[in-house]
Amino acid sequence: MSIAIDRVDAAKKGHWKPLPFVSDARLRWALNIGVLVYLVLAYFSVDVNWARVSEGMERGLNFVASFAQPDFISRGGEIVTGIRESLTMTFTSTVIGVALSIPIGLGAARNIAPLPVYLFCRTLIALSRTFQEIIIAIFFVAMVGFGPLAGVITLAFATIGFMAKLLAEDIEDSRADQLEAVRATGAGWWQWVNYAVQPQVMPRLIGLSLYRLDINFRESAVIGIVGAGGIGATLNTSINRYDYDTSAAILLVIILIVLASEYFSGYVRKWVQ
Amino acid sequence: MPLTQTSDKYEWQRRERNQQLAIWAGWFAGIVLFLICWKVISDNTIWEFLADAGVQGLSLIDRMIPPDFSITGSLMLPLWDTLNIATIGTALGVAMAFPMAFLAARNTTPHPVMRGFALAVIVSSRSINALIWAMLLVTIVGPGVFAGIMAIALRSIGFVGKLLYEAIEEIHPEPVEAITASGASRTQVLAWSVWPQILPAFVGTAIYRWDINIRESTVLGLVGAGGIGLQMNAAINNLAWGQVATVFVLIFGTVIISEWVSAKVRGATS
Repeated sequence: MSIAIDRVDAAKKGHWKPLPFVSDARLRWALNIGVLVYLVLAYFSVDVNWARVSEGMERGLNFVASFAQPDFISRGGEIVTGIRESLTMTFTSTVIGVALSIPIGLGAARNIAPLPVYLFCRTLIALSRTFQEIIIAIFFVAMVGFGPLAGVITLAFATIGFMAKLLAEDIEDSRADQLEAVRATGAGWWQWVNYAVQPQVMPRLIGLSLYRLDINFRESAVIGIVGAGGIGATLNTSINRYDYDTSAAILLVIILIVLASEYFSGYVRKWVQ
Repeated sequence: MPLTQTSDKYEWQRRERNQQLAIWAGWFAGIVLFLICWKVISDNTIWEFLADAGVQGLSLIDRMIPPDFSITGSLMLPLWDTLNIATIGTALGVAMAFPMAFLAARNTTPHPVMRGFALAVIVSSRSINALIWAMLLVTIVGPGVFAGIMAIALRSIGFVGKLLYEAIEEIHPEPVEAITASGASRTQVLAWSVWPQILPAFVGTAIYRWDINIRESTVLGLVGAGGIGLQMNAAINNLAWGQVATVFVLIFGTVIISEWVSAKVRGATS
């Protein structure tokens, strides 16, 4: 309280300062000093080859310029095949991933699942969330060989971690009185999930699935680098050949598809809620 | 909710008939689309390779155990590089996202044309994965930590910019009006009424992105952009799966710690 009165007194004399964001002064100074020490350490340990960087500026400008004249034609066939493969991978993996994440999400919600099931499902989710899609892709490519199937399995696996976690959190946040009301009518477990839990989480489930569709498309453009199908391989080749006109064309297609899907999912979400 | 009367009792259905039919049609179209997509993928798959997939997977895991911890010491410097890529990249990204967010928010943008430009920057940055940015930058500025930092920064603009401009659009108008009524200039209004309102969201978003960037920067080395991914790539190319497992353990630990830090800070600010 005394601090607040000091502030008022000081303000009356014309010395006013906004409240600091971190109210504990010791913590504030520790943070400031910590950041300073880190910056000094980082400055001396990150070695950048500035000569090489300035050499690359010209190529950087070439790349930016190529967005003004993207080349859709000379590798047109590969772009179309790659994008089609990416889109099919995206859709298939999202459907499979969402279908699998529903039971796992139910199992990972503490309020409806017994403890052993809960722990098992949570472990699965943690595993799927820790590693980047590309690492998972390396693993599955080694298992099932090159091609879009490895990509589908990768993206479906990554989808499980994302969807099941958010779904479980949503179920844990659902209103307990409705769950109790349906249970009080003598409903069995399946009826209970179907009539008390499902209506509460459905709008969010649909919204999240559409969001994940979007993420899976973006990821499908990357996992091709390690041979898991999609547009990534074509993109990688064009970048390594300094064929920036083709790269720009592919990137523009990706950006447009992401934009379209964002617009579409916004529309569906409004319609669902 | 329609009730139909049969001879002696009422029957309850959840939906009208047409609504129910439309839902069934939607499901049907979705399933057909799924099957078509699955056909495309199946045509591009060599199913013979799948026969020994289980054996392959098990032997891979078998070769990873036990992890080869003798290389842990030599991994510390790459791990520090990874932390630097994520942290400095996030800082640069946030610095660039900051003006973009003010240009993109409907209530603070100076001109609709500027808003369109800022939104285009945000969408392009968001659509392109950090790894693709890294591939590009490696060919432009050469392999190394700098390419990684810039890739992370460019990817972060879109994410931070989007969440931040949404936060700006959701501020309460009263403080803005009050400060404006006191005769403040445009910059003063931004500094004393908009900025304090979005500060918690700003810190939360930046830390959240830092947490994601730690994950992403662990794999940037696969395309030559520095960090622990370089060692991972080398180990994979040498088929030294014991070393790969060590890298995985280190990544796992780092991710857990960064997630904990991020959750703590976000819990304290919101």
